[in-house]
Amino acid sequence: MIPAGACPRINRLFRFQWEPAQQAHVLLYPEGMVKLNQSAGEILKRCDGNRDLPAIVADLEASFNATGLTPDVEAFLAMAEEQNWIDWTEA
Amino acid sequence: MDTLLVPPEALQPAARRPGPLWLLAEVTYRCPLHCAFCYNPVDFAAAGPELSTDDWLSVIRQARTMGAAQFGISGGEPLLRDDIEILVAEARRLGFYTNLITSGVGLTEARLAALKEAGLDHIQLSFQDATREANDLITNTRTFDLKRKVAALTKAAGYPTVINCVLHRSNIDHLDRIIEMAAEIGAEYLELANTQYHGWAFLNREALMPSAAQLAEAEAVTERWRQKLGKKMRILFVTPDYQSKKPKKCMNGWGEVFLSVTPDGLALPCHTARMLPGLDFPDVREHALDWIWHDSPLFNRFRGTAWLPDTCQSCEDKDKDHGGCRCQAFMLTGNAGATDPVCPKSPDHALIEATLASAERQDNCHPLVFRDPKASKALGRAF
Ligand code: SF4
Ligand code: SF4
Repeated sequence: MIPAGACPRINRLFRFQWEPAQQAHVLLYPEGMVKLNQSAGEILKRCDGNRDLPAIVADLEASFNATGLTPDVEAFLAMAEEQNWIDWTEA
Repeated sequence: MDTLLVPPEALQPAARRPGPLWLLAEVTYRCPLHCAFCYNPVDFAAAGPELSTDDWLSVIRQARTMGAAQFGISGGEPLLRDDIEILVAEARRLGFYTNLITSGVGLTEARLAALKEAGLDHIQLSFQDATREANDLITNTRTFDLKRKVAALTKAAGYPTVINCVLHRSNIDHLDRIIEMAAEIGAEYLELANTQYHGWAFLNREALMPSAAQLAEAEAVTERWRQKLGKKMRILFVTPDYQSKKPKKCMNGWGEVFLSVTPDGLALPCHTARMLPGLDFPDVREHALDWIWHDSPLFNRFRGTAWLPDTCQSCEDKDKDHGGCRCQAFMLTGNAGATDPVCPKSPDHALIEATLASAERQDNCHPLVFRDPKASKALGRAF
């Protein structure tokens, strides 16, 4: 479960950046790279350690003129945490 | 989630093969340590003069333009050069993820601060233990104290502690203690790499190769620690390909993603390729990296699968492993274009079986030849 008020941020083992040669956001780590699809890139872009889940969802929904994204974002963040891409700040 | 997708970019015209993703700079063959399992060429002492800072900067810039995103610095011991900070700073500025692979010798507080300032992303500390002074980590307290100190420094500087330890016949039985020490140091990540038999390690193969029972025990020990430590410390156990009998897709394929440059400026498709005979190794001071990667005979020699020998051509796994490691094929069979003998389908597989059988013998006692310039000159051969 995601602790209320906690904010996701990129794990320090990874660096998140836009990679021109890939035309994609990527996560870089020693000797490797995860190429992210657009949705994953847009979510991780917002994982700056200052925004909690509702704030991230609200921002995505506003940016992409969409509603009901919470379950998708939540599922993605759970996967991202499992992969160690993100961790959560203390609530 | 589909709602987040925008229409795909207009399709690019059929592009050339992508450039390398990973640039490895082996900046020096000099090293204060003398590991008997070192993969550097045995005749490293005969290599030409080291590249200048400007030569390296040019390589870094060219590789980034071609799309490389990983920049690794290794050696020898890279910290013996005093321009590492300059290389890291430029690589980082260009958007590379920068990774220093070091024994820790020479990583002082001041040096670390300068590297951090330059933007270094990651440090990989390697445990050395088959040194002249002592044959295993347990008794080699000097090395261990140094690692402890360096790990504390890097931790304080905000780096995760990532340790690589090469396993072999004379330290593998102490794996339990090795993992315990890594946990004490507070490592987040421990890579246990069974020796790859290249360069000095090939020379010392008989002395370094563990028995099947030793390996099985090591895997069991690793598993116990994994259970105990969980996410706190991730442990990667790299199985040796001799024992697993699985040819590896070396460097993820010749000329596919990886480009390494030797201290004296030769561009290679894998760390150890300079041992291969009859190939012209392009010098980064004479050729553009783009030509080297796309057009040089070297990078095209074993690219893809068209060149594979008959044994592999008819095999369904050829896209998975590209016939294994070229250097291994050459060292064992004398033919760099042969099927990697670790593959049970290789006509030369008996060579592997014989080596494995000798590793089972209790009376196995081969003296270790330690890597140093004097031995290098005296031996005067690649492996
Ligand atoms: S394996 Fe040992 S001897 Fe070889 S470069 Fe690394 S630290 Fe030096
Ligand atoms: S025969 Fe060749 S392609 Fe098939 S598994 Fe062996 S090495 Fe790989």
